[in-house]
Amino acid sequence: MSTGLRYKSKLATPGEPGDIDKQYVGFATLPNQVHRKSVKKGFDFTLMVAGESGLGKSTLVHSLFLTDLYKDRKLLSAEERINQTVEILKHTVDIEEKGVKLKLTIVDTPGFGDAVNNSECWKPITDYVDQQFEQYFRDESGLNRKNIQDNRVHCCLYFISPFGHGLRPVDVGFMKALHEKVNIVPLIAKADCLVPSEIRKLKERIREEIDKFGIHVYQFPECDSDEDEDFKQQDRELKESAPFAVIGSNTVVEAKGQRVRGRLYPWGIVEVENQAHCDFVKLRNMLIRTHMHDLKDVTCDVHYENYRAHCIQQMTSKLTQDSRMESPIPILPLPTPDVETEKLIRMKDEELRRMQEMLQKMKQQMQDQ
Amino acid sequence: MLLTGQSGLGKSTMVNTLFKSKAWQSNLPSLEVPIPQTLELHSVTHVIEEKGLKLKLTVTDTPGFGDQINNDKCWDPILSYINQQYEQYLQEELLITRQRHIPDTRVHCCVYFVPPTGHCLRPLDIEFLQRLCRTVNVVPVIARADSLTIEERDAFRNRIQQDMNTHCIDVYPQKCLDEDINDRILNSKIRKQIPFAVVGADREHLVNGRCVLGRKTKWGVIEVENVAHCEFLLLRDLLIRSHLQDLKDITHNVHYENYRVLRLNESHQLPRGPGWVNLAPASPGQLTSPGPGKASRKSYRDTKDDEC
Repeated sequence: MSTGLRYKSKLATPGEPGDIDKQYVGFATLPNQVHRKSVKKGFDFTLMVAGESGLGKSTLVHSLFLTDLYKDRKLLSAEERINQTVEILKHTVDIEEKGVKLKLTIVDTPGFGDAVNNSECWKPITDYVDQQFEQYFRDESGLNRKNIQDNRVHCCLYFISPFGHGLRPVDVGFMKALHEKVNIVPLIAKADCLVPSEIRKLKERIREEIDKFGIHVYQFPECDSDEDEDFKQQDRELKESAPFAVIGSNTVVEAKGQRVRGRLYPWGIVEVENQAHCDFVKLRNMLIRTHMHDLKDVTCDVHYENYRAHCIQQMTSKLTQDSRMESPIPILPLPTPDVETEKLIRMKDEELRRMQEMLQKMKQQMQDQ
Repeated sequence: MLLTGQSGLGKSTMVNTLFKSKAWQSNLPSLEVPIPQTLELHSVTHVIEEKGLKLKLTVTDTPGFGDQINNDKCWDPILSYINQQYEQYLQEELLITRQRHIPDTRVHCCVYFVPPTGHCLRPLDIEFLQRLCRTVNVVPVIARADSLTIEERDAFRNRIQQDMNTHCIDVYPQKCLDEDINDRILNSKIRKQIPFAVVGADREHLVNGRCVLGRKTKWGVIEVENVAHCEFLLLRDLLIRSHLQDLKDITHNVHYENYRVLRLNESHQLPRGPGWVNLAPASPGQLTSPGPGKASRKSYRDTKDDEC
């Protein structure tokens, strides 16, 4: 799988017109072919949002993808919340833009951090992520690999409350439990309640605390040295503004004669897409326009491989304990075939049996005759 | 005054704004100091003077409330602090030779800061408020209200009021303690607007030539004392200008008396140790509190029955 869709088409060195045809082989059109195939196939992306309730997660998802996934949501009252455990909700939506299809899955985690006692409230989430890895692992080792459904979580947006003085114990616990399994992108939610100096201080504190606790959040990849200056500058700005301070909005308001997405306050209008107001544009560019593929790659190459290695190690250690396998090379045990292939096999078996019975009957008839 | 709520909700800034003096040094925990594991209480006392009138203000902060992963029983230290103050006052009152002016360290008002999630009260808030409003006057406020638009604010306020009704949380001003019709009218107006949505600020900025307390953001200045922006003025008027004496009276007549009755009933079962003051049947002057609280009147009757 190519590591990036950015490519540089190397044209043949300009020389005499006659020579160009001789030197030009033509594989410079490969990227176009890849492009066409991928567009036909479509892309998929799974995004998880996590954080305390009331931090604007659904509003931000709406603003990012301009689709309302939560139209029929009913907010629970406080007494219903007292006994609520963390749930995992999946919403899938197919978006299309300029002929490119994206199957977007948002995994929501309502109830996270809401209870009085939040110990291990991230356990359902880690279980879910592991489950997706396990399912992919089985599918990959299975017989029918044509239509594997990739439900692995590619990115987790973690919302940090702007009202604290940095990371809370729940935040640290969550990130430490998930940083080896999923790309975590920390965000400062509801950033419109902070003045610029407070945002700066909060970002520094969060960065310090992330280093102090040894949390591995998603790192933006280094750009190549032969990229142009603009790009490098953008990349540097991106790295310096992490964690992003974001504001989301479902409403369109009038500001200076233009209709913009924003929030209307008595003291002014906050524009979501204004870079001076918040980092929403940076987040959107990073997540969708430049780094979506990198996020998927890191999930496949790093997190999933870690999981797979861990799983295989466990299996081999179990096997060596049982001392059933003597070969040093760990052979993958055949995973149980999933239900569909089993059904297919059964159907084929039945057909074969029926045909055999018919043949036998025909033979008998012929013999009788 | 006791301020409580999760850290970062602007409690210390609110104190400065309320009294327009830097009565509180912002104690942001530095990186070396972790979030305190157990709840601590920091009390600071100041004497403020205005127009010749002196006010001894004690502000108690509760850092570390509700910050842990497991917040079970995080309200216990606060409740025991409040009861401790009542106990101190009780012991002073029971001495044979009393001081003329008993130092009053009781908590007259507890301001509870609700985080502006925009949805409704959290389970932690409800548990805490239920326990607290039986012991002390509670004034809930929506902290950091500059993250909510006006419509969101109103919707949030309505939901909080509904939640408080369902869970029988009786905040100040309590309905059952209205003395007469004037009070009732005044207080019901206040009750409709509780909890106040407040914004605190201790820096001044220039707006239209005036110097105002506020927060300066890239899209405008949030003026703290502008009623269109936030309800800080309403809170200040309630706490200081109109209901300060009422808060003290209710604390003395209702909450303190409830506590006292509880202790008296308990003490009949406690063995008499050295230094125990003989609790003679209360002289009429002490127990007939002028407060209209039904609670205190009922308790008076009970103790009389016990003694008889």
